[in-house]
Amino acid sequence: MVQKKINLKNKLLKYFPLVLLYFSVLNEFDIDVSSIGLFSFNLPFIIIFYWSLKDPDQIGNGLIFFSGILNDVTLGYPIGVSSFIYLTIIAFAAYLRNITLRPNIYKDSLIFLIAIMFANSVNALILSYVFSIEINFFEIITNITFTFIFYFLFARIFNYLKPLGV
Amino acid sequence: MASGRDDFIIAIRSAFLKKSNKQQFSLLALIFFSIFLIFLSNLNFVGIKYIKIGVNEATYRLSAIISYPEKKFIDSINFLTEYFNVYKENQNLKDEIDQLKSEKLNNIFVENENKRLKELVGESSRILDGVISRVLIDKDGKFLKSIILNKGSKDGIKKGMVVLEKNYLVGQVIEVNYTTSRAILISDLNSNIPVVIEPGSFQSILGGTGKSYGKIKYSKDEIDFNNNSIVYTSGSGGNFRAGLPVGKINNQIDKLAVEFFF
Repeated sequence: MVQKKINLKNKLLKYFPLVLLYFSVLNEFDIDVSSIGLFSFNLPFIIIFYWSLKDPDQIGNGLIFFSGILNDVTLGYPIGVSSFIYLTIIAFAAYLRNITLRPNIYKDSLIFLIAIMFANSVNALILSYVFSIEINFFEIITNITFTFIFYFLFARIFNYLKPLGV
Repeated sequence: MASGRDDFIIAIRSAFLKKSNKQQFSLLALIFFSIFLIFLSNLNFVGIKYIKIGVNEATYRLSAIISYPEKKFIDSINFLTEYFNVYKENQNLKDEIDQLKSEKLNNIFVENENKRLKELVGESSRILDGVISRVLIDKDGKFLKSIILNKGSKDGIKKGMVVLEKNYLVGQVIEVNYTTSRAILISDLNSNIPVVIEPGSFQSILGGTGKSYGKIKYSKDEIDFNNNSIVYTSGSGGNFRAGLPVGKINNQIDKLAVEFFF
């Protein structure tokens, strides 16, 4: 009985990043959106970057790709756009992982900033030029800023959870 | 120098092509696949459309279930806020009712007169029946302000239909699935509605701003609209029925800002 409980706890912790990613993609709670004035940040970007950097086996590329499809459907974007954006974030994280010998949060966050700036720019370009969707650039800049700031907080939380079996 | 470049190439190659034991797909393969999907979406490929309808149906329901606790939480907070404001609101409502009662008498007269005149010129005043629907998901995107409704082609929803809330214009249906549909809100940046501003009957286009208000665009002349002037749909272009209330001019936000009613 105790063993079963431990197994269940371990499983829950193991799948925590994946569940959080899908939850943030599907949930109406708009962490991806400006719901409180200008405040907005993109939790999927943080989750994808952090786990692709620290433990790429935790969330598979295929599952991240599929979460992008779900995000497109929920937000009404053309299919494939979010998946592509998420994959570019993985690419930045994978590159950083390959060139880093001694990881540190400041270096990680700098590359994260470049990654989200690049990803949002590509996203805006695709939506604006390919699908003629008008875009509020100020909102994107706010989103990038808050996503960057929140990376430090979430990285700390994930760093704390990692030794617990996540 | 050459070694640095080699390291860079090795790191890039490893990032895109190398996959660990637990990874099923390489990053590069997935990137190509997503580009292929974007390409097909842009072409409005029929297969993609059907896949999208299927995925939409499942995802909307799933998203509605996952969002349920948060929705209930927000509803409870709103309920409590309203509960504490109830006395003040009651006083305001009493005043408003008195005012509306007097306005109603005038309106009945104008309505009858309008009906008589329409009969004289032979214009039909029939109002089409609507479909009552519930908002399944109200998730604003950074790029698109839209809502998901729990009615689809099964219930007679068609692309281009208008979405009303308490007779106020809210948006227009842009995507129809079998049991669900998506409507773009008039607050969306991509929304442009032909409107008429009363008093004065000024014809113009109302564009969304991505916020809770819209902005008058392409007005024929540079006109300073009175605060609280009412904006209705003009019916030009045939997409919207004429006379649907949209919002009122709010000079405090901007000279041409329209505060939506919904």
